[in-house]
Amino acid sequence: MTLAERIIAAHAGRPVEPGEFVEVPVDFVLANDITAPLAIQAFRALGAKRVFDPARVALVPDHFTPSKDVKSAEQCRIMREFAREQRIAGYFEVGRGGIEHVLLPEAGLVLPGEIAVGADSHTCTYGALSAFATGMGSTDIAYALAKGKTWLRVPKTIRVELRGEPPPWVMGKDVVLHLIGEVGVSGANWCALEFGGDLEGIPLDDRLAIANMAVEAGATTGLFPPDEAVLEYIAGRARRPFTLLFPDPDAAYYEVIEIDLGELRPLVAQPHLPENVVPAEELGEVRIDQVVIGSCTGGRWRDLLVAAEILKGRKVHPEVRCLVIPGTQELHLRAVREGLAEVFLSAGAVLSTPTCGPCLGGHMGILAAGERAVSTTNRNFRGRMGHPESEVYLASPAVAAASAVLGRIASPEELMGRGKG
Amino acid sequence: MIYEGRAWRVGDNIDTDLIIPARYLVTTSQEELGRHCLAGLDPEFAGKVGPGDILVAGANFGCGSSREHAPLAIKGCGIACVVAVSFARIFFRNAINLGLPVVECREASRIPEGHRLRVDIEAGLIQDLATRETYGITPYPTFIRDILIHGGLVPWAKQRKEA
Repeated sequence: MTLAERIIAAHAGRPVEPGEFVEVPVDFVLANDITAPLAIQAFRALGAKRVFDPARVALVPDHFTPSKDVKSAEQCRIMREFAREQRIAGYFEVGRGGIEHVLLPEAGLVLPGEIAVGADSHTCTYGALSAFATGMGSTDIAYALAKGKTWLRVPKTIRVELRGEPPPWVMGKDVVLHLIGEVGVSGANWCALEFGGDLEGIPLDDRLAIANMAVEAGATTGLFPPDEAVLEYIAGRARRPFTLLFPDPDAAYYEVIEIDLGELRPLVAQPHLPENVVPAEELGEVRIDQVVIGSCTGGRWRDLLVAAEILKGRKVHPEVRCLVIPGTQELHLRAVREGLAEVFLSAGAVLSTPTCGPCLGGHMGILAAGERAVSTTNRNFRGRMGHPESEVYLASPAVAAASAVLGRIASPEELMGRGKG
Repeated sequence: MIYEGRAWRVGDNIDTDLIIPARYLVTTSQEELGRHCLAGLDPEFAGKVGPGDILVAGANFGCGSSREHAPLAIKGCGIACVVAVSFARIFFRNAINLGLPVVECREASRIPEGHRLRVDIEAGLIQDLATRETYGITPYPTFIRDILIHGGLVPWAKQRKEA
């Protein structure tokens, strides 16, 4: 069995095969300020009184928070009151939390071998920690909250074999953009991605970015094996015991894709689909108005560190607005303590409290008609960050920071050379 | 499960941001969401469709965000059924969970805008009532069909509890 099949089988209590429908117990359930109110409505409609286990639920205000207007404040209030009523341990108030998919791994709430479901498509992020984690809608999440179970269609597995080591300034974001460029935005629909091969050169923060965007290829989840890097990350964080599961050496894959990491270049995905991938250096003169460095894809410590390395001693281009959004309160504090905050602010960037805000055109950096952004986020759909006539180019924090300085889409190598920084 | 209505055509990769842009995600009201259905593609769309109409899409309909507000908006503006070449996984689940029939038809791209359609899920056929041409439907797995017949996941779960 593949890793996805192993994890599902361990939960179903029997072997499973791709395509079949199974009901499985879930280890963790998540919703946010946009999706929780609908889930709570459906939870009540189910006639449920208590959540299955308040220690295994997270409700995270992060999308339109700090609340952008009265209506979004009302949505937050519905979620906050439910969290209090149900004594949900994993309710993270503004100022003590952050962006859900950066926050929950940091808080040790999702662990290897587990099944985690969330009312957010980027729940697949936790695949980097070897959890079968997948996004669903609010009604599915209401059912999981009430019963501690969900139904799954066992996905076919696409094995992604990584070979070699990425060059300096090539990040996890480039790996996943390359993959999406290869398979397309629906190429892995109803499939699991399973990453393997030379994983040593891919830091955990980068793996989280890779797993995060599995859904942009349509995948149910994007799984990494629980290797040393995962165990090291989890040590001291894990809130529960967990089981390590691995794919069988003779597992049957639906498809195998090989990626030579050494050949990768800093990439961008052009509007309006994440599959429109080209090397940043091949774009020519593409002027930009805004840069966003943050989100559940690109707002982790290594993302901030790489961006700071490029922005240090430099200035954001006069015609560009650069927004830096650390993914959690803890990362924001660390950025202050370790001098990154000063680098960003001195460069003329905005340093924001954690929020999904601009990524989905919510608040904190909406684009006007005709404006163009380079963003470390995950979607460049038409109108995603604001006006339908605006444009988003997806890129790594390295490309985003270099572009912020140069005022046009640029490879970080242009500023930093091809060697290690 | 038979639906008859006018076909409204959209293309491939219609994402949930186009179906209901994030700025409208400040309510759980189906009626209010329905007024902004497909606003990211055509702000006038919700005003043009009539009750019982059928949305006909290309490949990968509903990709992107898991927002259940997307199928709610489609229901809210009166659309009775969505036909597409293929659906993104999360949207498909959400629609079934809400009792919105989503029908996979590999030939959906051949269906012309504005024609009246008859979608017969049990018979596995879509008929263009103007041309009499018919198109096949990918049958539902039994499990999915069962949820849809009960009108969605909530009524399905409740009857299961009672049974």
